Formats: sequence, C-alpha cells, structure tokens
Amino acid sequence: MNGVHDMGGMTCYGPVKPEENEPIFHAAWEKRVFAMTMLGMGQLDTLDAFRHAIERMDPTHYLSSTYYEHWLAALEALAVEKGVLTPEELATGVAQETGKRAEGPLPPEAIPAVVQGGAPCNRVEGRLTPRFSVGDQVQARNLNPTGHTRLPRYVRGKNGTIAQVHGTFVYPDTNAHGQGEQPQPLYSVCFTAQELWGPDAAATDDLYIDLWEDYLDPA
Amino acid sequence: MHDHDAPDSHLPIEADAELTYYEQRVEAIQALLIEKGLLSADDVRRAVEDMDARSPAVGARVIARAWVDPHFKQHLLADAKAAIATLGIDVDTWSTLVAVENTPTIHNVVVCTLCSCYPRSLLGVPPDWYKSLNYRARVVKEPRTVLEEFGLELAPDIEVRVYDSTADMRYLVIPQRPAGSEGLSEEALAALVTRDSMIGVTQAQEPSP
Repeated sequence: MNGVHDMGGMTCYGPVKPEENEPIFHAAWEKRVFAMTMLGMGQLDTLDAFRHAIERMDPTHYLSSTYYEHWLAALEALAVEKGVLTPEELATGVAQETGKRAEGPLPPEAIPAVVQGGAPCNRVEGRLTPRFSVGDQVQARNLNPTGHTRLPRYVRGKNGTIAQVHGTFVYPDTNAHGQGEQPQPLYSVCFTAQELWGPDAAATDDLYIDLWEDYLDPA
Repeated sequence: MHDHDAPDSHLPIEADAELTYYEQRVEAIQALLIEKGLLSADDVRRAVEDMDARSPAVGARVIARAWVDPHFKQHLLADAKAAIATLGIDVDTWSTLVAVENTPTIHNVVVCTLCSCYPRSLLGVPPDWYKSLNYRARVVKEPRTVLEEFGLELAPDIEVRVYDSTADMRYLVIPQRPAGSEGLSEEALAALVTRDSMIGVTQAQEPSP
C-alpha cells in the first residue's frame, strides 16, 4: 500500500541524531513488547502480516510514535483480527473467556530462535528457475497494490541492473494476506543514484535493493 | 550538543505521561495474552533475558576474523552464513545474510526504508537512529549528507553503495581494517569493530597509539 511507511527519498524529517551511549531498550515496557511480539507472532500470523499491520496504523499515529509503539499496535491489531482477543477485552483489559490453548512455557532452547525473529525465507520449492541473470537490464514495475508489498515507490518505473540472483524466496505480497508463501526468485537490483534522483545525484553512487521477480520487467 | 540530561528525548513530548500509559497498557496486554494461552510470563522473562544478552560482539568477532584470514573473508563474501557457521556459531535459524566489503574505492551503507530490518543475530537490537524516520527516509537519497552527520566524510571519487534491505536478506558491512592495526590480536581487532561500522555509517575505530 502507498502508506507513510514507504518513506525512502523523503527529506522532511530533519538530520539523523545518533544518541551517545544509547541503552538497548529505553523503557522496561519496550522489552516486554519486544518479547511478547516475538513470542506471539508465530501463533498469530506471518512476519509479513505483522509488517502490514504496522503499515495499516493510522498515519498520524505512525509518524508520532516510537518503534515499539508500532510493534504494540500491530500485536494488538493481529490479536483482535485473529480472534485471540475481542475488541472489548482489548479496551477493558479484562478477559471474558480464557484461551483454549493451555500449553506450558516454551522449552528454554526454543527461546533464542524466537528472539532472533522469524525463520529463513529461502525455499527449495515454488518458482525455482530465475527469469533474469546477473547483468540483465530490468525495469521495476509501476505497481500500486492496496495490500502489502516490498516494492517501494522510489524505485517504481526506474531502470536497473540485476546484480545478484539470491534464489527463491517467500513472496511477501501473498504471504501477508493468507494467500500462501508462493516462493519466487529474488534479486539484488542496482539502480544508479542519478536514475533514482536525477542529475544532481552523485554520478559515482548506486542503490542496491532486493526485489522479487514479479516486481520486474525486462528493460 | 547531546541530550545527556534527557534520557527520554527520543520519546514524544510528555514522555513521562507516555511512559506511564504504556507501562500500564503493556501490563494489561501481557496479562490478557497469558490468560488466553498465547504466551507465559516465563517465556516473556526468558526472551527479554536472551535479547538483553545480545550485542554487536558476534559481528565484531566475524569481522576481526575476516581481517586476519583472507580465505575466511572470501568465504564470508561468497556465503556469509556458511562462513560464520565455521566459527562454531549456530546460524540455522538466521535469515539469509550477505556481507559487503568496504574498500578504498567503495563504501557500503545499509538501511531498511520500509520498516527496520537489521541483522539482529549478529548485531543485537538496532539503535534508535537506524529505526528513525530521518535515517530511513534520507540515506537512500542523500547518503553522503547523512554519513557526514555521523562524522564520516567520503571523497567524491568513492562509490557509495546504499543497500535497502527490503527482503528477509540481512546485510553486514565489512569495514576497512584501520591503519596501524598490524600485529594486533584478533581479540584486539574485534574491539575496533563498532556496531556503526558494520552498518556502514562510520569506519572502524583506529587503534590507540
């Protein structure tokens, strides 16, 4: 979707301000949101659906809230959409009915993988034969889907070169919407800075971005 | 100017009120999700402990090895996960990883414009600036200006390569080995490899004379 999250190329947010001696988390609640999201995600939906839940936030809320507030908003949205919580329970904080799954805690050895986030997305099934090879000239399609996509606006319609063929990977545009993984070839595509940003950009500079085959046409 | 006196300066205005609100809200959500059987309090505690223990040290160890061992570096550039596995690190659950090398003529820098994808398995939790609107929005368009804000000025003839990690493909920058680091032990070299140098917004530290 063409949302505020798709911000590559905007210059309205001011300078970057690195924080000296930044703590890993700025508040105890951020740690808990992190842990709850990582633990809950696998049971609620895919990582792609989680990203899309963040993208669906009210844009003014998205822009005015912090990273872990985004996570919390997505966790709450998916918990309701997947029927784990009712909107009333979310509003009141009082469970009307306990869950049917009464599984015990995860085995300790399962925790590191959960914390790392997700699972590898490369696949050995699906569309395995790449249409493009390294060096091929391609054009990013001018697609404007209303659902989840990982094709940012700033490359749409632009011409680039295949820099690397990564293999076959889960397709986020379907995987975020319960339409399955539909794995297909993924490429690293190189665009010159001038192709993306015009003649004022440095002639020496390039942008590399990972794009799925269905995002690309031969140039 | 640094906001040392304002530890919550990254939060919106009325940080104290926000904090209280979120502490309460997160407490309530956690209680609900435990009640529903989605997670347990033990799981949450152990996941927090696991995350707290992560740091960029794993990444620094990998880079130091690449600096001293050309064969390892070639392996790392060709198949980063497989190379890292040879160090005895369990990479089975990692996303695919790509290592890119800074040279005297090429400088690489990593961003995720659409969200905040980051090689957490190697570098721990991403810093706030990496997740910030200004970094995500600007570094693809004006990388040299953004790098200057980190104190890194690059000569005009250096090729800047920005990597926008849109897929579940993580990027690790191999910074240039600093001058004057000849003869240092691998452990001493790893201490020069900062988190920011592995994202590509700074160089590795120079050894103290």
